[in-house]
Amino acid sequence: MSESKSPVGRRGFLKRAAASGAGLAASAPIALAQQAALKPATGSAVEVTSNVRPGSDFMVDVFKTLGIEYIAANPGSSFRGLQESFINYGKNTSPEWLTCCHEESSVAMAHGYAKIEGKPMMIMAHGTVGLQHASMAIYNAYCDRVPVYIVLGNILDVNYRRGNPEWVHSVQDSAAMVRDYTKWDDMPVSLSHFAESAVRAYKISMTPPYEPVVLVADGTLQEEPISEKNLRIPKLAMSAPPQGDSTAVAEAAKLLVAAENPVIVAGRVARSAEGIKHLVELAEVLQARVQDQRMRMNFPSAHPLYGNPGAVVAGPNLSDADVILGLEVQDFWGITHKMTGLNKFGMEAHPTTKEGAKIITISAIDLNHKSNYQDFGRYLEADLAITGDPEATLPELVEAVKKLITLDRRRALDERGKKIAEMNRQARARDRELAAIGWDASPVSTARLSAELWGQIKNEDWSLVSNDRFVSSWPTRLWSFSKPYHYIGAQGGAGIGYQAPAAVGAALANKKHGRLSVSIQCDGDLNYAPGVLWTAAHHKVPLLTVMHNNRAYHEERMYLALLGAKYDRDLGRSDIGTALNGPNIDYASIAKGYGLYAEGPITDPNDLGPALKRAIARVKAGEPALLDVVTQPR
Amino acid sequence: MVRVSPFFPTEKTMYKLLALLSLAALTALAQTKPADTANGKRLFERNGCYQCHGWVGQGGTAGARLAQTRLPLIAFTAYVRNPASGGMPPFRAKVMSDQELADVYAYIKTFPEPKAAKDIPLLNQ
Repeated sequence: MSESKSPVGRRGFLKRAAASGAGLAASAPIALAQQAALKPATGSAVEVTSNVRPGSDFMVDVFKTLGIEYIAANPGSSFRGLQESFINYGKNTSPEWLTCCHEESSVAMAHGYAKIEGKPMMIMAHGTVGLQHASMAIYNAYCDRVPVYIVLGNILDVNYRRGNPEWVHSVQDSAAMVRDYTKWDDMPVSLSHFAESAVRAYKISMTPPYEPVVLVADGTLQEEPISEKNLRIPKLAMSAPPQGDSTAVAEAAKLLVAAENPVIVAGRVARSAEGIKHLVELAEVLQARVQDQRMRMNFPSAHPLYGNPGAVVAGPNLSDADVILGLEVQDFWGITHKMTGLNKFGMEAHPTTKEGAKIITISAIDLNHKSNYQDFGRYLEADLAITGDPEATLPELVEAVKKLITLDRRRALDERGKKIAEMNRQARARDRELAAIGWDASPVSTARLSAELWGQIKNEDWSLVSNDRFVSSWPTRLWSFSKPYHYIGAQGGAGIGYQAPAAVGAALANKKHGRLSVSIQCDGDLNYAPGVLWTAAHHKVPLLTVMHNNRAYHEERMYLALLGAKYDRDLGRSDIGTALNGPNIDYASIAKGYGLYAEGPITDPNDLGPALKRAIARVKAGEPALLDVVTQPR
Repeated sequence: MVRVSPFFPTEKTMYKLLALLSLAALTALAQTKPADTANGKRLFERNGCYQCHGWVGQGGTAGARLAQTRLPLIAFTAYVRNPASGGMPPFRAKVMSDQELADVYAYIKTFPEPKAAKDIPLLNQ
């Protein structure tokens, strides 16, 4: 074991590094960051000339070329070297360190951030205990096809483990625990290896299907002086997203144009504003109904071709479709089949599509299937399966469809569109009447909560940074979603504890754009790791959290009642293990304790509007705020 | 921690079940006493009807609207006994008798008439 005595101090090195152009700050999107990083280099990569500094400084140089804005982390000794380099050598900018109170929060913050910003945030954690905390959130991101850049600390060399904590924090293969639900990982054994794998990890994470990736930063490599000569940072060459085969796309266009009633099912389609634009174009040229699974901001909710918004949770009715185009659909088999309900014994399943209906799929997920976790769903017998990223494939499909539509066909399609628009209008009118029921009830109805919130934000540049399924999808049914940042969808892996941190991460991404971020926050979810509220306060993340406080893990309570009735049991006991009362949780006090502006509990619906106004004023001033609203169950 | 929302049908679907009513059900219902809305309220809450249908029967994505239901009692009872929806508990007589279901039905009928949406400014934004 050798101990280096560097002849050049840290500060001296910082000056030299700044002068040489190494370690360039890069807050711009990746392409710009890479261009900036390339400027001082003579070739196509950054040359690093100095070798008298810790390896973690070089790691920071590498990360700065990737254009990553933030690192979310709960501090840990196995990556103390990197943290020290980030905050001192890297000056805590591009990326900036975010103090997190739980690794699950770190990852879910990155998850929410990526859904707004379209690129990964970095998270750091111990390769053992930190990753164990983070793992469920990683699984959510994996199922939701979201990029997260995960860096793990670990000390591989036994000679460098100083005492028991470093032994219990060390592991042979850190990433093994999450390999089933990450896209790629590596454990570099040298700094040049680290640079190459760091760039490769970013590229893989950001090639559709987007997924989390893991890079292990060995503790010894972080903390020992750089000894390698001629270190360089490889150029990041991003892959163009995979596009569907042209012949297959042309075949899909034929089926769609010839169809009498085609339906488009949108899963995780839009990665950007372009994705929304292309999907709107396809729907309009075909005058076809779009059934949005609301996993992304795919399609404007107020568009006349938008399928029944109230059917988001139940699943779309596809029984009248003769051609179904599924774009990165979640559980496509499940929405085209009916299975015996949980209230009955046994299992039978049959298709809900009409006989002869053709199914077309466009999906990139076939490029990244794994075996152990079953998020891929049941095998679907498609008539035409196209492997490719939907957003990248849609432009060619739109053009192919346009070429096939004759004037006569155009007239027929327009007639179809009028009928769909009328159905949409009726569904919206029906939803408004349903929203009126229980308008003055206490606890506050979720329709009233959603309408009150919409009334306060509709004239702002707003972003709903939460899922709306647990409030009966009222925002989808009553608001007008159109911009890419208007909605971030759900967890992906249905793992709870995601929503609060994802909202903070998404709101952080919205902050620099000056958007008003609002979250309808489930009470059960917030209780997993409420410390993220402090992170929001500490980093001045403007976010309005409106509690959907139904005082229960309510979905599970419904299941218990269902099963209890199925077995003819006492239904009065379904609160056991599911209710969050006795005592009621005071979320306003919790939020205040974490440094937020907060009000509540609000039980009278007439108090909600004025409270929202006060809280929004605080958020617009740049701070997080929370309103605890006691609500109806759904 | 898996969250899969049960699917419940609309009232329209329930109407279709009228045709499935059995003679036995009709006979049983004929024996019920005058309804007790207080007991109906107790059962509505204790047996978790509110969990999916809301405290005032407003419904949502987890359960159909019950407020202002136009279903007759016999259709209501038939549906509750053997729901077509796979997500609704099947309340058999061991859990709620016909009389108790009649009480619940009477309680549901007490839910106030909602305002028309057109008279609520926030629903006309």
